This record gives sequence, C-alpha cells and structure tokens, in this order.
Amino acid sequence: MGDDFYSRVSDGGDGMKTKEPLSGKYTGFPWGHVIGYMGSILLTLVALWLAVNPPFSQGGIITILLVLAVLQILIQLIFFMHITESRGPAFHTLAIVLGFLFTFAVVAGSIWIMTFNSQVQ
Amino acid sequence: MEATEKTISDQKPQEHGMEEEEKYVLGFWLFLASDLVLFASLFATYLVLRTHTDGGPTEAQLFEIPVFMLETFLLLTSSYTCGLAMHALKNGHARRLIGWIAVTVLLGLAFVGIEINEFITYSSEGATMQRSAFLSAFYALVGTHGLHVSLGIVWLISVAIQLMRKSIQPTTARKFINAGLYWHFLDVVWVMIFTVVYLMGVMG
Repeated sequence: MGDDFYSRVSDGGDGMKTKEPLSGKYTGFPWGHVIGYMGSILLTLVALWLAVNPPFSQGGIITILLVLAVLQILIQLIFFMHITESRGPAFHTLAIVLGFLFTFAVVAGSIWIMTFNSQVQ
Repeated sequence: MEATEKTISDQKPQEHGMEEEEKYVLGFWLFLASDLVLFASLFATYLVLRTHTDGGPTEAQLFEIPVFMLETFLLLTSSYTCGLAMHALKNGHARRLIGWIAVTVLLGLAFVGIEINEFITYSSEGATMQRSAFLSAFYALVGTHGLHVSLGIVWLISVAIQLMRKSIQPTTARKFINAGLYWHFLDVVWVMIFTVVYLMGVMG
C-alpha cells in the first residue's frame, strides 16, 4: 500500500457520500491490474500448451512450468498484493520471502530425501 | 499554535488513524507467511505420495483439462476483480468497491461449486479419499485450499456488509485490505496447485 493511500484514508475517505476521489493520483485506469490479469492468463495458457504438447523432454518441461509458476506468483505479489509499495521498512516482504524459503526447503527436501527410498528398504 | 490545538481536539479518541491500522496489515502478512508453511507441508506430502496409487486411479486418468482450466480462470479473474475493488478503495468509491467485492464473491462461489462437483465426480468413480495414499494427499491439499476459498467468501461478504453500513474509514479500509490480501494469496496457492498437481498430473 502506498504512502498516499494511507494518509488519504486517514484524511477521511467518506466515498459513499461524496463520491469524490480522495486525491487525483489514483483516478486513472487501473493499468497495473489489467497488465497483471493479461499476464496471468497468458502464462496459464502457455503452461497448459507446454504440458499438453511437450516439445521436448519431460524434465525440461517441468523446469519451465515451475519458472512460469514463479512468474505467476510474482504477478500476484507485485500487481495485486502491491508488495513493493509500503511505508516504512518492508517487514512484510521479509516475512513472505521467509515463508517461500521454508516452502522451498520443505518441498525440495522431501523430494530429495525420497530419492534415497530404494537404498534404505 | 491554534491550528495544532484544533487538530488535536478534532480527533476522536476512540478512532485511530490509518498508521495504526497498518500494524494489522503487517500482522496479516505474518499470518500469510505461516499459512504458506501449512501449504508447504501439504505440497511435500502430495509430491512424496503422488505415485502411490495402490492400483487405483492415477492423476492422468482422473484430471480433466476443461474442469481445472475453468477453475483456474475463475480464480484468476476473481483475483483481478478483487484488485479492481482495491483500486476503487484507493479512489474512495465505496459503491464500486462493494460492487467489485460482490463480483469477486460470485466468482469465488462458482469456483467452490465446480470444485465440489469435481470431488463428487471423482468419488463416484471410486476415487475416494480412502482409496490410495495419492488420493488422501490430493484431497488434503486441494480440499484445504477449497476450505480457505470458502472462508475467504464469508470474510469478503462480512467486510462488504460493514462497508455498506460504515462506508470507507480507516478500520473498514484495513479490513478490506486484509481480506483482499488473503484472496490474492489463495490465488498464489492455486497457481502452485495448478502447476504441481494438475499440469504435472496430466503430463503423467
């Protein structure tokens, strides 16, 4: 959330009665959201096409699908959750990055450890 | 000096400003990070067990591309309309804000309806949660996400009711910001389910 947004709501954002924008800055067309939406639809269709008609080996496709998923997540975080806009230190970014790090460690670690399954049985 | 006194006396003691509300938003990000770890454990379980079908139905036999693509587009679109609601909030348009929340809720309901129908279809084909380790992990992961979406719908409706009664003020704005963040977060989790469960599933 941007600076101006919070300060403008504090100024009294009684939009229901006045129907006036709190400031002229955000009155424009929501380009960020439209770009984010188009991008996410495009990435979804590319991912589906790659999964249905794999042009090369499966290992390579899975890597590309994971890269596309990361791009999708970045679109959500940047265009919709506005993670880059904050007043003061970005503690929320630190928290969510740590969450993703834990996710990667738990998921990748589980897959890795299971590759030794045949050796211990 | 006079101006300063006026400003202080104008403030109502029981209401706090947006700066105070921001702490709740930071707290909510901390919740999202820990909720992500919950999904991490479910994803790890699924990826370990996905091949353990016990002679029962496999991913490729079960998943239908039109169904999960429709679910994906419904959720992506609802995330976009939730973003438009945020845009309306930034502009102070309370009516548009409530309108976009309503659209988001309807898309969310459609998503949950199709997912429930998907689960019923699988179960009628014999692919119940008890059938194999793969199916247990599948229902646990996708079902937990579906439960989150259902909770998000209830939350968005309650925020919309508050907005109708109290319009946009620091407290209601913060409540919508958190509910909106939750909704986008559910789309983040769905992107991972779409890729890891469905796309890799139909690839075989």
